[in-house]
Amino acid sequence: MNINSKQLQAYLLLLPAFVFLVGFTHYPALATIFDSLMSTPRAGRAPVFVGLENYQVMIEDPVFWKSVTNNLWFALATIPLSMGIAIFMALWVNDKIAGRSFLRMSYFLPTVLPMIAVANIWIFFYTPDYGLINQALQLFGLKSQNFLGNPDLALASVTVVAIWKEAGFFMIFYLAALQTLSPSYREAAQIEGASKWYFFWKIQWPLLMPTTIFVLVNALINAFRMVDHIFVMTNGGPNNASSLLLFYLYEVGFKFWDRGYASALTMVLLAILAIVGLLQFFLLDKRTHYR
Amino acid sequence: MKKLVSLASTLAASLCVSTAALAQTEVSFYFPVAVGGPVTKIIDGYAAEFNKENPDLKVVPVYAGSYQETVVKALTAHKANKPPAAAILLSTDTFTLIDEDAIVPFDNFVKTDEERKWMKDFFPAFLLNGQIDNKTWGIPFQRSTVVMYWNKQAFKEAGLDPNTAPQNWEQLVSMGQKLTKRDASGNVERWGIQVPSSGFPYWLFQGFSTQNGAILANSEGTQVAFDDLKVIEALQFWVDLSQKYKIHPPGVVQWGTTPADFMQGKSAIIWTTTGNLTNIRKNAPFEFGVAMLPENVRRGSPTGGGNFFIFKKAPEAEQQGAFRFAKWLTQPERAAQWSIDTGYVAVSPAAYETQALKSYAADFPPAVVARDQLPFAVAELSTHDNQRVTKALNDGLQAALTGAKTPQQAMKDAQAEANRILRAYR
Amino acid sequence: MTARAYTAKPASSLTEAGWLGTLGAWVLAIAWILPLLYALWAAFHPAEYATTFSWSAPLTLDNFVAAWHAAPFPRYFLNTIILVTGILAIQLFLCTLAAYAFARYEFAGSNVLFSLMLVQLMVMPEILIVRNYQTLSSLGLVDTLFGIGLPYFASAFAIFLLRQTFKTVPKELVEAAQMEGASTLQILRHVYIPLAKPTYLAFSLVSVSHHWNNFLWPLVVSNSVESRPLTVGLQVFSSADQGIDWSIITAATLMTSAPLLIGFLIFQKQFVQSFMRAGIK
Repeated sequence: MNINSKQLQAYLLLLPAFVFLVGFTHYPALATIFDSLMSTPRAGRAPVFVGLENYQVMIEDPVFWKSVTNNLWFALATIPLSMGIAIFMALWVNDKIAGRSFLRMSYFLPTVLPMIAVANIWIFFYTPDYGLINQALQLFGLKSQNFLGNPDLALASVTVVAIWKEAGFFMIFYLAALQTLSPSYREAAQIEGASKWYFFWKIQWPLLMPTTIFVLVNALINAFRMVDHIFVMTNGGPNNASSLLLFYLYEVGFKFWDRGYASALTMVLLAILAIVGLLQFFLLDKRTHYR
Repeated sequence: MKKLVSLASTLAASLCVSTAALAQTEVSFYFPVAVGGPVTKIIDGYAAEFNKENPDLKVVPVYAGSYQETVVKALTAHKANKPPAAAILLSTDTFTLIDEDAIVPFDNFVKTDEERKWMKDFFPAFLLNGQIDNKTWGIPFQRSTVVMYWNKQAFKEAGLDPNTAPQNWEQLVSMGQKLTKRDASGNVERWGIQVPSSGFPYWLFQGFSTQNGAILANSEGTQVAFDDLKVIEALQFWVDLSQKYKIHPPGVVQWGTTPADFMQGKSAIIWTTTGNLTNIRKNAPFEFGVAMLPENVRRGSPTGGGNFFIFKKAPEAEQQGAFRFAKWLTQPERAAQWSIDTGYVAVSPAAYETQALKSYAADFPPAVVARDQLPFAVAELSTHDNQRVTKALNDGLQAALTGAKTPQQAMKDAQAEANRILRAYR
Repeated sequence: MTARAYTAKPASSLTEAGWLGTLGAWVLAIAWILPLLYALWAAFHPAEYATTFSWSAPLTLDNFVAAWHAAPFPRYFLNTIILVTGILAIQLFLCTLAAYAFARYEFAGSNVLFSLMLVQLMVMPEILIVRNYQTLSSLGLVDTLFGIGLPYFASAFAIFLLRQTFKTVPKELVEAAQMEGASTLQILRHVYIPLAKPTYLAFSLVSVSHHWNNFLWPLVVSNSVESRPLTVGLQVFSSADQGIDWSIITAATLMTSAPLLIGFLIFQKQFVQSFMRAGIK
């Protein structure tokens, strides 16, 4: 077998997968740049080049800015909280603990449930007066809250659902990493008489760093694409208080049918993901030094 | 005889249109089922019956999901040059459908005196959203209005006459104050009144604004009057219900949980669609009443729901078939039965003269409240680029209801946004 | 916390959760399954007990019957099953070939192509819904199950996982097979694929649970009962004009997630291990 035919074979093996990768990832990403510079085609009116007009509209659009800030808060809350809870979960079920397999199952359960389905149940939890959370609040003599109808609480309410959904998923990665750590660290620490807290911070946490970075990247991506529950719970309201970027993109693209503007919004999401990509590259690079 | 007539009509059709008309013409019919099972069975039944009576036509219903999904599907098919012959779509989509050059007016098909009379027989309120530039683009079919449901047991408890609903805004406030019940620590156990404001608050708000004498949009769909003083006052009243009088839950109230709140006894009065009648009748554990919305300077409610449209790019024979189906569907007897089966309002006064609907109404008076309200009903808010303009208003309403903006500021901002969007259509 | 931690240190203190840890773990676990517990409560009791809790509430299956008849769920189930298995089969086939090429071939541009492939890990098809929808509609595939699956046929995640696994296959095994005159595809089939079974299982579980639960893209693409998967069907069903009936919605929720839920409870270990394996790079 000569080099050329071997090379050709490799390309042939790659071809089918790359047709789809290019067709639905690379091509649309590039085409979006072009679309974002064109007007939206309407009946009998072909799209025309409008330069940066769609971006001009975006900068002047308060709903866009609201969605951006919401999304940043959403990311700032979901990422550390879901990761923090995930670490606790992983440490617990990695220990000898009563009912370990039940605990592990409970934590992981939200990962296999469809978000769109459980969001309906969360609506009940958040219902004013007789919803589960408000029944509990009133039991303690606190005032009933209109969680989804109050702009100060709506975003926090949908954030909690996202954390609930994600923590168990991230736990798995930490659990996997914990189980691959050499037992010799623990034995040494035990001989030294170190506390759990000390052992975690000084030994486990640094060793878990690669996992943390992996989970962080996933959490970052998810923070910009988890919108299923918004459709059921708030539809972005009240007054856009819980609108996230991808949700607004859906509204512009598939309710207003404004393709040009939707493409400009897509570019923002792509830019954010590119930053995450660079961040990952940079962090992973550091990680190799660390090793 | 019947056979002869159908033979003659087939012959005539074949002579006039083409030889292809001899064969069966398939009339695809998109229907939005947001409600689920039973309605699909009714529509399937209609199609089968119609096809039997009209052997040259074959109506094929396609269930496309919610209104939103159905209009998307119909427009996509239109752009691909494979539109359905007919569809039931939101009456507020009329401008969008015209802007996309997707539909033809019914005037194109109306030839005989009988057909002209048919066009005049609908409730005028239901035709408002479908008539633009003196042409009728949509025929009403699946229509509703906003009505008021009240809990008679709660009225009794509050020392009110359980058989009289509030008739005007003042009574709404005074009765609401009596109906609102708080426990020792000040927690509300029952609200006096609840008007949902999630999802599509503009529709319920049109109750308040109409009662205050305001019309939100011109009939060309190019101008809105969100910052009209009467509109701002109407919004102020809605806000006051919770902030000043404390008889309405604060913040944005979920549309989806409002019927449940009512049946749980958490709200003594609610405003919601007539389409909820069957649901509440089946599930409320107490006696309830249904009434027209209260009046202020006048009575008023928007209409809602779907119209029958015929698609422009469908072949002539299919369009004609769709037109015949539309006429058939809206006959008084059928409209009456449809209303009884679904709770929607029958589309013509003649339907309410049928024996079936008369005896049903005698047995269950709430069934005709929506009809009685129709003389006061106005067109549902509809403009060019409808979804966007509506969102501008929705956002403003929610901003005011949650206290983020004053009603005046909220409506001023909504007006500015709507002006920006509508500039292109003037 | 600190006082206790520094004083009491039995030999196993680093592997045993203390009472505080145990308490915390259980409180969290119960909070985490509360939505499921509530769904079970509301679905199996009559509507009047949907929001109140009483030991004397009678049990019923009526809600499931009502939900089943209220929407074309059998068709939705069929659609989801076709979608999920179809996507998985094509993914496994395409990605095996591509992973094999990346793992065991040297060719010009392999690094560039590999990086290009990894882009999909960041930019999932749902981010590009607007443009991908146009692609589908120009192919005439809107409102088809095939169209819903299409953007997911090539999975960078699968290629990446399989490539890592294939790289660990000992060269000697491959050479031995070559000596016996096996062709490239035969070697792939009889040496690589059997050895990568755990990876296949891991990816399959991840893929199935992802596509069973996927919502946004199917929502955009599907318009009719014939192409609508369970998630979208459930959304159409629960956003009815009539408002929320929790008994029926929880029954529908349990129904739609039951296959995954039951599968998860039975194969819990494999599930967790699969996700773990998929997460380790």
